[in-house]
Amino acid sequence: MSAPALHELQFVPASEFKRRSATAVDDAHLRQSFRGAMDFLIGKRAAQFPDPAALERQRALAEQIRQYSLARLPDLLEQLERTLTDNGVNVHWAENAEDANRIIIDIAQRHATRLMVKGKSMVSEEVELNHALAAVGIEALESDMGEYIVQLDGEKPSHIIMPAIHKTKQQIARLFADKVPGVAYTESVDELIGIGRAVLREKFMSAEIGLSGVNFAVAETGTLCLVENEGNGRMCTTVPDVHIAITGIEKVVEKLEHVPPLFGLLTRSATGQAITTYFNLITGPRRPGEKDGPREMHLVLVDNGRTQAYRDQQLRSTLQCIRCGACMNHCPVYTRIGGHAYGTTYPGPIGEIVSPHMLGLNATHVLPTASTLCGACGEVCPVKIPIPELLVRLRVEGQHDAHPGRPPLRGQGAAKSALVDAVWAGWAALYTRPALYRAFGWLATRFRALTPSQQAGWTFSRTPMKPAARTLHEMMAARRRR
Amino acid sequence: MHETGARRYPEKPARVYLFGTCLIDMFCPRAGMDALNLLEREGIEVHFPADQTCCGQPAHSSGFPEQARAVALAQFALFPEPWPIVVPSGSCAGTMRHHYPSLFEDDPRLQAQARALAERVYELSEFLTEVVKIRLTDRGAPLRVALHTSCAARREMGTHRHGRALLEQLPGVDLAVHGHESECCGFGGTFSLKHPAISSAMAGDKVDALKETGAETFISADCGCLLNLNHTLQKRGEILQGQHLASFLWQRTNGEERQ
Repeated sequence: MSAPALHELQFVPASEFKRRSATAVDDAHLRQSFRGAMDFLIGKRAAQFPDPAALERQRALAEQIRQYSLARLPDLLEQLERTLTDNGVNVHWAENAEDANRIIIDIAQRHATRLMVKGKSMVSEEVELNHALAAVGIEALESDMGEYIVQLDGEKPSHIIMPAIHKTKQQIARLFADKVPGVAYTESVDELIGIGRAVLREKFMSAEIGLSGVNFAVAETGTLCLVENEGNGRMCTTVPDVHIAITGIEKVVEKLEHVPPLFGLLTRSATGQAITTYFNLITGPRRPGEKDGPREMHLVLVDNGRTQAYRDQQLRSTLQCIRCGACMNHCPVYTRIGGHAYGTTYPGPIGEIVSPHMLGLNATHVLPTASTLCGACGEVCPVKIPIPELLVRLRVEGQHDAHPGRPPLRGQGAAKSALVDAVWAGWAALYTRPALYRAFGWLATRFRALTPSQQAGWTFSRTPMKPAARTLHEMMAARRRR
Repeated sequence: MHETGARRYPEKPARVYLFGTCLIDMFCPRAGMDALNLLEREGIEVHFPADQTCCGQPAHSSGFPEQARAVALAQFALFPEPWPIVVPSGSCAGTMRHHYPSLFEDDPRLQAQARALAERVYELSEFLTEVVKIRLTDRGAPLRVALHTSCAARREMGTHRHGRALLEQLPGVDLAVHGHESECCGFGGTFSLKHPAISSAMAGDKVDALKETGAETFISADCGCLLNLNHTLQKRGEILQGQHLASFLWQRTNGEERQ
């Protein structure tokens, strides 16, 4: 039994977004599969929220809980560290991806680790942990079925909840037949899951370390909450001798009672489930007399740019996110191009507002422009992040130097261009001078036959825009004269 | 969604301002004239300030707030009387009603002016339904029609129901529902120029869905969506074309022949 291919580093610079998105929209198969999958998820979510007024109340409460938690973030993180330490959990702080990987590699090497089984963790994707582990000869095996599939194919997840949503049953069947020894081609979903399960069962028993993400960390009790459907999260956090949890610093809430309202909205918004099959509440390693559970437990709290968002009153709401993925499911752009085109760990609307903090605007300034500001994301966000407003804000920061009195964002002003500045200066000069504006309208309508037939991106798939014979201003003026 | 809780509507006024919008001014002036016709027929005196240009939305959504403020500010003095300001576009109305106050958040004096102006802004179909309480008499032949509601009308202004309500007053109009009706048409202002491939894919899907209904025409209350969809259809050599809600309503109810 050979190990699946090691997760290859496939991070593509976000500056290539335009090229990749153009390729993606021409891929009829990709378009069809994302449209179908998103429609399915949209329908499942909608069925969970039959009463709009009740949903509004739940969203308002969830927003309040997240804002309350973020307002106390430094205190809650210290409290979390104390309670976890009291519970026997080792707490580590990672300022960036390198820190996080180094901390985890240190722990792994202390235990002479050859194999780490992983439950689903987007933060581990964000820090490229598998790649860092491979570089020091440690095998990381994804145990979430979707993650296992994309890892087997040397890909990255295309969705934060459903990592392999871009793949068809037939592609998975082919992949398993090619990559898992001794497996015949089958398109039966039950058989495919059985194959994955058989591989993973064996690995759970031999792994020195299990790694998981965290959905909510409760400061008052030192409890790590893990939401999952496959039971692999429970295996990763209970079978190996060592459990490492990794999460972003924003995931902390104060009290256990703050979890149910968020949990209820998370599962309904994400997969349209009233509750997941498994909900793990982890409060420390195995205690004396207990028969199972890890003997050693760690939590790695990752900043990786989150503090930059936290520092700014408006951008802080980015950190309210509970990673349900509803914004991408409802995004008409994500639906057209899929997750890989973004080139970032977090795709879709949440990726567009969170990636600039993690990777800098120099690498990501195009992402906040990849939206029509249609507002579908903000409408479904269970914690009411004003995503369109944050997209506009990040467009401003990409185009300008920092506002006086505000610290610059990483990569601040990376989209600045003298030409674009001149276009908007000219635009403002015209539209603030009514007489000039009317003269322009007069000329544009009189010489409409001279309108260019190629109009930047517009004529890519449209006939050219052509002014009317007379402007509304002229028609109104003529009417006044009558 | 910005419009939370029901908006309180005033009694029908004797006079209103019409803010024509820059796109209607240059590309669909007929829609502006028909908005005026509809309002005047209801006995409302319509004032069209000659110095109006644009609400400032293109710069605002592109990340140029300084330029958006300058252009917005140039509109502030044009509406001195306390009359409603009627805008035949959901996205321009949305900008004036919801983004003007935050555009001027650094200047309390201007922000107060922005708020006062925003309070008086109504999208045309909203104004006709909720304030004028218009009763339409259908004079047109039976026609199958689809309705595309702009995202700003739907999610910022909450006026998507008003266009539908107006069309439902016309017995000869068979209102078709199209697939993914609440989905964006892909215009997004400068988005259509910056990301032409994605924008075109969205516009293509929208026109497919509109065509699939078998509708003979489609209606939108936003000139931006109409330009996007009509020019996409033209490029494809399709006969189907959309029209502005104001023009459609005026033609249907004034006994004029359909274009």
